[in-house]
Amino acid sequence: MTLADDQPLLVAEGLGKLYGGRVGCLDVSFALWAGEVLAIVGESGSGKSTLLKCLSMQLAPSSGRVHYRLRDQRMVALDRLSEAERRFLMRTDWGFVHQDPREGLRMGVSAGANIGERLMAVGERHYGRIRGAALDWLDRVEIEADRIDDSPLAYSGGMRQRLQIARNLVTGPRLVFMDEPTGGLDVSVQARLLDLMRRLTHGSGLSAVVVTHDLAVARLLSSRMIVMQAGRVIESGLTDQVLEDPQEPYTQLLVSSVLQV
Amino acid sequence: MTISKLLEITNLCKTFRLHIQGGVEIAVFNGLELTLARGEVLAVTGPSGTGKSSLLKLIYGTYRAGAGRIEVVHRGSVIDIATATPRLIGDIRRHTIGSVTQFLRAIPRVPTLDIVAEPLLERGEDAAKAKARAGELLERLAIPPRLWHLSPVTFSGGEQQRVNIARGFAARAPILLLDEPTASLDPANRERVLAMIAEASAAGTAIIGIFHDAAARNQVATRTLALTSPP
Amino acid sequence: MPYGWGTGGVQVTASLLKPDDVLKVIDQGADDTTNAVSIRKFFVRTAGIATTEDTRRATVIQTRHRIPETPLGEGQILVLQVPIPEPLRFLEPRETETRKMHALAEYGVMHVKLYEDIARFGHIATTYAYPARVAGRYVLDPSPIPKFDNPKLDRCPALQLFGAGREKRIYAIPPYSRVVSLDFEDHPFSVQRFDHPCALCGGRDSFLDEIIMDDRGTRMFVCSDTDHCSKRRAAGLGSSGKRR
Repeated sequence: MTLADDQPLLVAEGLGKLYGGRVGCLDVSFALWAGEVLAIVGESGSGKSTLLKCLSMQLAPSSGRVHYRLRDQRMVALDRLSEAERRFLMRTDWGFVHQDPREGLRMGVSAGANIGERLMAVGERHYGRIRGAALDWLDRVEIEADRIDDSPLAYSGGMRQRLQIARNLVTGPRLVFMDEPTGGLDVSVQARLLDLMRRLTHGSGLSAVVVTHDLAVARLLSSRMIVMQAGRVIESGLTDQVLEDPQEPYTQLLVSSVLQV
Repeated sequence: MTISKLLEITNLCKTFRLHIQGGVEIAVFNGLELTLARGEVLAVTGPSGTGKSSLLKLIYGTYRAGAGRIEVVHRGSVIDIATATPRLIGDIRRHTIGSVTQFLRAIPRVPTLDIVAEPLLERGEDAAKAKARAGELLERLAIPPRLWHLSPVTFSGGEQQRVNIARGFAARAPILLLDEPTASLDPANRERVLAMIAEASAAGTAIIGIFHDAAARNQVATRTLALTSPP
Repeated sequence: MPYGWGTGGVQVTASLLKPDDVLKVIDQGADDTTNAVSIRKFFVRTAGIATTEDTRRATVIQTRHRIPETPLGEGQILVLQVPIPEPLRFLEPRETETRKMHALAEYGVMHVKLYEDIARFGHIATTYAYPARVAGRYVLDPSPIPKFDNPKLDRCPALQLFGAGREKRIYAIPPYSRVVSLDFEDHPFSVQRFDHPCALCGGRDSFLDEIIMDDRGTRMFVCSDTDHCSKRRAAGLGSSGKRR
């Protein structure tokens, strides 16, 4: 295998989103390969969440486009997909982990149903198998099996977030988007979640795009990083490059502002 | 490059520009040249602040060169790390250049065995074999099996450093960068590490090391490079 | 009209009736409830059509909560009234979203509901308005008929129309359409079985109502479909089910 003929999984080309005259994000380009975790870091208002929404087809970009390599190896422009294809992709090949797990879960049904839903959506019709898959994933995200029939309303914030991850991963997606996945959680809870995410992404071939304001999260999870400010990409590179040899003034400011414990 | 030369640095220039300190510039290298062949153990020496660690980080791709070339033999081709894409540098780190930094970046909850096995897993090695090799190295460095399932976060400085070294040696990369590998070690462990370095070198690994301890340096180095402050 | 009876059925029937139609109206299977009688009288007064209690003679049958036991034939029309026509509403409150889900056949959530039943009760506990899939494509709420009646929807020679008055929705199952109730491979759909025969006609194949007779809790099980029951009795079948 040589690197040259290894096609990227996701390619953003000149991606931009304008709100009237206001810049959401502008001229963002990058490529992501299988097994890579890319962190998009920036402070509030940097445009990182807007970028994530454009990448994951939740917002239509004002300019540029996003290409994705399907399982049959075809590279498609996402804006050319039909709505049915888009929604199918989002259910099977992709995952989206919201900062608030309530947005990514059905709070009114049991944990088992939350995990099993995607399987049922793609035609799984054997209750025993669905339940078995749910139990398997609860184990992988370190939720006790006897919580399978509980509603997520009875779960703590950290458990809900782990459940959201399980719900997203059950169909074996190749790309997961995460929007501040540790936001709002206590530090010890964050550590556990990050450890889980690290184990799930590293060496599994799963690619991820993680939006975070927390450089420590980026350092832990990602191999590559993009720094955003006012909607623009300020700097990008390998995570250790950006954190240890920041070139741009803003990046240097960001890195130096982080307290070392 | 000839068959045995694995690394060639030409006219390496690096200046840090500290924008938040009013644009202060710190020049580290101004035209450094260096070659490294299979089996060599190059000891980099010089006073503090002359860029020893920076040199290793430039070769590893963590620091970006301002000018010049850092060429390595990678998968049979010559690649210039100074201009390589992040993705290519990632591949070079997985397959061609191993690194032992000065301090282990220990992540809570990740077991020692997994930390050491990781470089092998990243290049696609079978999990069982990777863990077996990790275990061999840890035993060699006197980290007993009862500690392997624990995260090194609570280990002593010397233990952490030995885990770091095991991790660096795990994948048997053709080029190995060692930043103060014996610094926090007692004499017995120091000898173990120096023996590993000698073995690796005899097996053809090209090594660049920073050893503040002159005796250690003299024991393993085949060449030295003395760095001085740039003009 | 009393709230809850629903105008959906009445509106659909009103739009269908021709002068030579014969209308039957039943409420929970019975022709003689107050509501069924009122509606029948209403149409006699406004449309001047003939009415009947005999399922076989009716051309239009308006019903709430049951499908007649007597198999329907070609040319007949069954009108059912539906309170909540959207089967996905319980999990998805947005109309824009449910329309998309139907358009794209995204019906995973329907099985979520059945999964929850099994997880909670050990079996699918839904006994009324049991969801079914039409022509292998669309999932519908068949109105609050007992699941006992779901098999009657399948390949029915009559046209089956569903009206929801408040939501202003009409949907239809064309004659002879395949209608398959949703289930799991390891929890297949099954109809209710009764332990007792009908106390009046002895029938064992019809849907029974339970009637409390007195303060001591004496109960009687009788066919909910009054026409079906009286026909069986007229044919000489008694409570033993055998000819007298």
